[in-house]
Amino acid sequence: MKIQVQSQNFDIAAEINELCVGRKDIGAIVTFTGLVRDFNGDNKIQQMTLEHFPGMAEKQLATICAIACDRWPLQGGCVIHRYGPLSPGEQIVLVITLSAHREAAFEAAEFIMDWLKTDAPFWKKEQTAKGTHWVESKTSDTEKCKKWRK
Amino acid sequence: MELLYFARIRENIGHSSETLPQPGNVSDVKDLIGHLREQGDNYKAAFENELAIRVAINQTHVNFDHPVDDGDEIAFFPPMTGG
Repeated sequence: MKIQVQSQNFDIAAEINELCVGRKDIGAIVTFTGLVRDFNGDNKIQQMTLEHFPGMAEKQLATICAIACDRWPLQGGCVIHRYGPLSPGEQIVLVITLSAHREAAFEAAEFIMDWLKTDAPFWKKEQTAKGTHWVESKTSDTEKCKKWRK
Repeated sequence: MELLYFARIRENIGHSSETLPQPGNVSDVKDLIGHLREQGDNYKAAFENELAIRVAINQTHVNFDHPVDDGDEIAFFPPMTGG
């Protein structure tokens, strides 16, 4: 699977096209796109900055995708994660999974997102009218990730 | 050893990396955190809550009982919040 960690935006249609061009064996494409919201609880978000650990971020994403490929019959896919300053409405992350049948593509995409949230070295910092603060990790994300562990 | 700090921990400490010759009494991650805590209030603040610290040695997640070596790259960061 293709892994990219980048500051620039991505084009979902172009990514799907790149993965599928000339292929007739793919029966299902699932995409997930994460966006920057303009609220967190009662706080209005002006901007979000994503910090990452270069090198380890790519390595962790590749590991997560390799586990997904072992677990589900995938025919390819990609993960793109952005870093740097992002405004509300902007795209943060893209997961695409390809499979002959939809179940594998749906489950693998959810698995990759759940693992990525707790295992890939990215950190979000939010800027509001009151100042900036680091986003706390959520127990619910850890629980979601645990459900995939056998 | 090469130490790397990210996110809140980097901000607490005030810089993102440093080189530290392995102290004689430091053999695992827990020892290293104990040593760093004694290096000033900024380090103390960074490493105050052990539950809020994750560690990677040579870009692989490890637990606090993992041994450390002088040639290691050791990264400290808070729980991850990507996606």
